[in-house]
Amino acid sequence: MAAPSLFSTVIAACLAAMTALPAGAEQTSEEAIAEYHAMFGDENPAELWQLRGEELWKTPRGSRQVSLETCDLGKGPGVIAGAYAELPRWFEDTGKVQDLESRLVTCMTTLQGLPESEVLAIKFGDGEQKSDLEAVTAYVVAASRGSRISLPLDHPAEKAAYALGERVFFYRAGPHDFACATCHSESGKRIRLQTLPQLTTPEGAQAAYTRWPAYRVSQGELRTMEWRLQDCFRQQRLPQLKYGSDVAIGLTLYLARNANGGEMVAPSIKR
Amino acid sequence: MPDPMRIRAVMMGDLVDVKILMSHVMETGQRKNADGDLVPAHYITEVSATCKDKTVMSAAWGPSVAKNPYFSFRFKGGAKGDKLSITWKDTAGGTRTDEVTIN
Amino acid sequence: MKKTRRDFLSLTGRLGLAAAALTSGLFSRIAMAVDTRPAFEATSLKDALASIGVTEHQASAEIILKAPDIAENGAVVPVEVTSKLPGTRSIALLVEKNPHQMSAEFMIPEGTEAFVATRLKVAETSNVFAVVKTDAGVFHAAKVVKVTLGGCGG
Repeated sequence: MAAPSLFSTVIAACLAAMTALPAGAEQTSEEAIAEYHAMFGDENPAELWQLRGEELWKTPRGSRQVSLETCDLGKGPGVIAGAYAELPRWFEDTGKVQDLESRLVTCMTTLQGLPESEVLAIKFGDGEQKSDLEAVTAYVVAASRGSRISLPLDHPAEKAAYALGERVFFYRAGPHDFACATCHSESGKRIRLQTLPQLTTPEGAQAAYTRWPAYRVSQGELRTMEWRLQDCFRQQRLPQLKYGSDVAIGLTLYLARNANGGEMVAPSIKR
Repeated sequence: MPDPMRIRAVMMGDLVDVKILMSHVMETGQRKNADGDLVPAHYITEVSATCKDKTVMSAAWGPSVAKNPYFSFRFKGGAKGDKLSITWKDTAGGTRTDEVTIN
Repeated sequence: MKKTRRDFLSLTGRLGLAAAALTSGLFSRIAMAVDTRPAFEATSLKDALASIGVTEHQASAEIILKAPDIAENGAVVPVEVTSKLPGTRSIALLVEKNPHQMSAEFMIPEGTEAFVATRLKVAETSNVFAVVKTDAGVFHAAKVVKVTLGGCGG
């Protein structure tokens, strides 16, 4: 997936150029990157996904020819305001803890009568191939901007999902013996220019989780938590993480619960 | 039919401040997809903006404009309630026109 | 026009050369030539500028070129140009180290501000140029944008 592209960079030259700066001169690379982000202002291409998602949410589709406007994301049918900030959560009708993406699959298949194979055909967009799930996710997530993450874990299944997510987070596997914790359980770590968020503390988890989904400039696509986790697994050389699986949902719930109280700002812009 | 642009046109003193996000892959023709195949070139070549039958901006673009282009410019002669129309054309013969009311 | 045998031979000679070029991969570029505008085909700053009628240009502090010092990813680099030069007619953006230097050219009609903001692809650490045509001549500003590869390489 990370195929070499025309725009591969001259990292050695860049690092040399940066380390050649006299100590204390100009700005640190953190400051420079902050300036880079600031230049985007409010103009986030994620809006394009949000617009498409809104239309998909409101358009009658599938064999039942209904819209998603009665889809229950945990706060009642059709309520999207603040819904993402309370996910993943237990759903009575499916008897499962679900994240936003798997809940959208439920609504698209049961409410709208769309075939599951069609709904899951394109989970993550790539250029001309667009993902409906990504678009609707962006639309729903934007409706939680300003809401505080609230995962009380009242239901035993939610507690069990947290325990599973925590266990997976610390589980070392694959040819490099990586766990999520290898990169994300200590403060002050970085990889190249990126600081690695510490995901086990409230501050660290909030800083990271409140900003996903995000428009990733390196791909020119809006990416969701399901994508983020799957891509981490790929980078760790672990087996492919299944979309909407208990592991994906458990990990998401673990991170969201660690970020409890954080204010959602997603969709944001990321590298 | 290509996806719509998101256009903001807001009065800024006597200027109309225009901020556009366009949905376009802007493929250079050099990128390889996950299967290792070259993705064909497909990008916006022309952009134009009109307000009250006057062209207020026109541009020639190449593939090195970023994907999902952002474009901002400002012009005089528009007022709140006037319509602003933006059009793009691309290498595949695709085109999109969107109109907004100036705020 | 009367074709002589000599003309015919020289033509096949040229076709022979073209055939070699076809097998060398040049064909794939010709076949995919969806855009034949000279400005966007040029592969040097000089040629790109010549194709928009520019041979001479001077630096000017009246052109404000805003771009980040470091781009976290070269795929999207915000760039903003304001020309305070009177009689500004067009603003062109060029990236020196890109395979084709010309990125975009903006025509500024009467009544439109000499200001554009967009986002460019910058292949590697490079000078980004704003070239401004005015009634009094052509001027430019330049800024180096450092491009990095972040994270796990994705």
